[in-house]
Amino acid sequence: MNSLWALTLATLVKDIRLEWRSKDALNSMLFFSLLVVVIFVFSFDPLAEESRHIVGGLVWVAFLFAAVVALNQTWARELRNQVLDAYRVSPAPANALFMAKALGNFLFVSVLEALMTPLFVIFYNLHVLGPAWQLIPLALLGTWALVVNGTFFAAMSLRTRNREIMLPLLLFPVSIPAVLGMVAGTTAVLTGENSAHFYIVLLLTYDVVFTTACLGLFGTILQAE
Amino acid sequence: MTQAASSSIITVENVIKQFGRFAALRGVSAEFDAGRFHAILGDNGAGKTTLLRALAGLAHPTQGSISIFGKSPQAACRDLGYMAHPSLLYDEMSGMENLRYFAQLYGITGDERCAQAIRAVGLDPQLTRGVGQYSQGMRQRMSLARAILHDPKVLLLDEPFSNVDVHSAREMVGLLKGMRDVGKTIFVVTHQALLLDGVADEFVWMQAGQIVDRTATVMRGATTGEGVQ
Repeated sequence: MNSLWALTLATLVKDIRLEWRSKDALNSMLFFSLLVVVIFVFSFDPLAEESRHIVGGLVWVAFLFAAVVALNQTWARELRNQVLDAYRVSPAPANALFMAKALGNFLFVSVLEALMTPLFVIFYNLHVLGPAWQLIPLALLGTWALVVNGTFFAAMSLRTRNREIMLPLLLFPVSIPAVLGMVAGTTAVLTGENSAHFYIVLLLTYDVVFTTACLGLFGTILQAE
Repeated sequence: MTQAASSSIITVENVIKQFGRFAALRGVSAEFDAGRFHAILGDNGAGKTTLLRALAGLAHPTQGSISIFGKSPQAACRDLGYMAHPSLLYDEMSGMENLRYFAQLYGITGDERCAQAIRAVGLDPQLTRGVGQYSQGMRQRMSLARAILHDPKVLLLDEPFSNVDVHSAREMVGLLKGMRDVGKTIFVVTHQALLLDGVADEFVWMQAGQIVDRTATVMRGATTGEGVQ
């Protein structure tokens, strides 16, 4: 167990170092989501009241699309020079690699969210009417839901010819329950009309189920040719 | 015969490896002894790399089995060092950073072993630039350093001398010879067979996915009249 977490940490540190030096994922995610925000701002010009009803959807759609960019990058760097083979021939457990990749993506997407959320607040003149603290578990659980499945399906589509297309095709349908939870939960907090408690529990359940499934299946995916 | 069988550490039994409808290996059977230097030769598409990947546990046989020290290649991974044609290294990280990461995958902590492996291939552990900025020869050496990092008993090397100048290639051959002399079993897939003349203990000839000959010298003349071009 110690070894699993030590290897997870070692791989996570290595990924952060690679990302810090190349900035591949962060740059593409930032530019992409910035474009989405700007396009949305020009496309809709809602009143503050209307904003509260639609921004939950806009925010999560922007983050979902941006996350796909990062998810593709995560595994692409393991394909350069076939570095993944060096991991496959080692005695290191597959789950350490998966957890490190998922945690790395979680970190990168969280950084993106931290940078982009103020822009949404400013552009859409948002004022939270419900309990604002609920946005924190919604953001954390929602982001994990996106990255855990995304990391898994990105690995699965790694050896397919059109992996950039395959990832959204595999990821989006599976993510529908989580996206519904994130959007409805965020809207509930922004408008203050309902409690987001149900959606937090929904996301938590979703995360537990899919994290367990991904961990259980990742070894097979890693060793597939 | 009995003596040879008792020292054989790798057994390949009727291995067939298919990629779709194409069979890269067509019923390969062989036994390989410990502490010997095996050069695997053959034309492009003969199945050399596929055989090496199967030995490394990266290509799963469609049929047949491979046993290394009585275990599957995956179970014997601590005893195997694998160097592929690509470097298997992160271009953005220095050699030392790369090796430090891969060392952790084998439960090796501390920098001493990494520095030792880098020095063994004739490179400087202090080099700070990314592997991507190394020359091709340096990258090949660093790749070899990664393969020998955990002191494996069996080394599987795919084209270790490609794009390396003759002087560096001879140095690498010398290093491998030294490793064989201390008991390592070495497999080298190469098109530069003459480099291994007088060094390799056995030349394994492959053709169309099969082992067609095993000779003690680089010349096959004694059995088939063929030789190294």
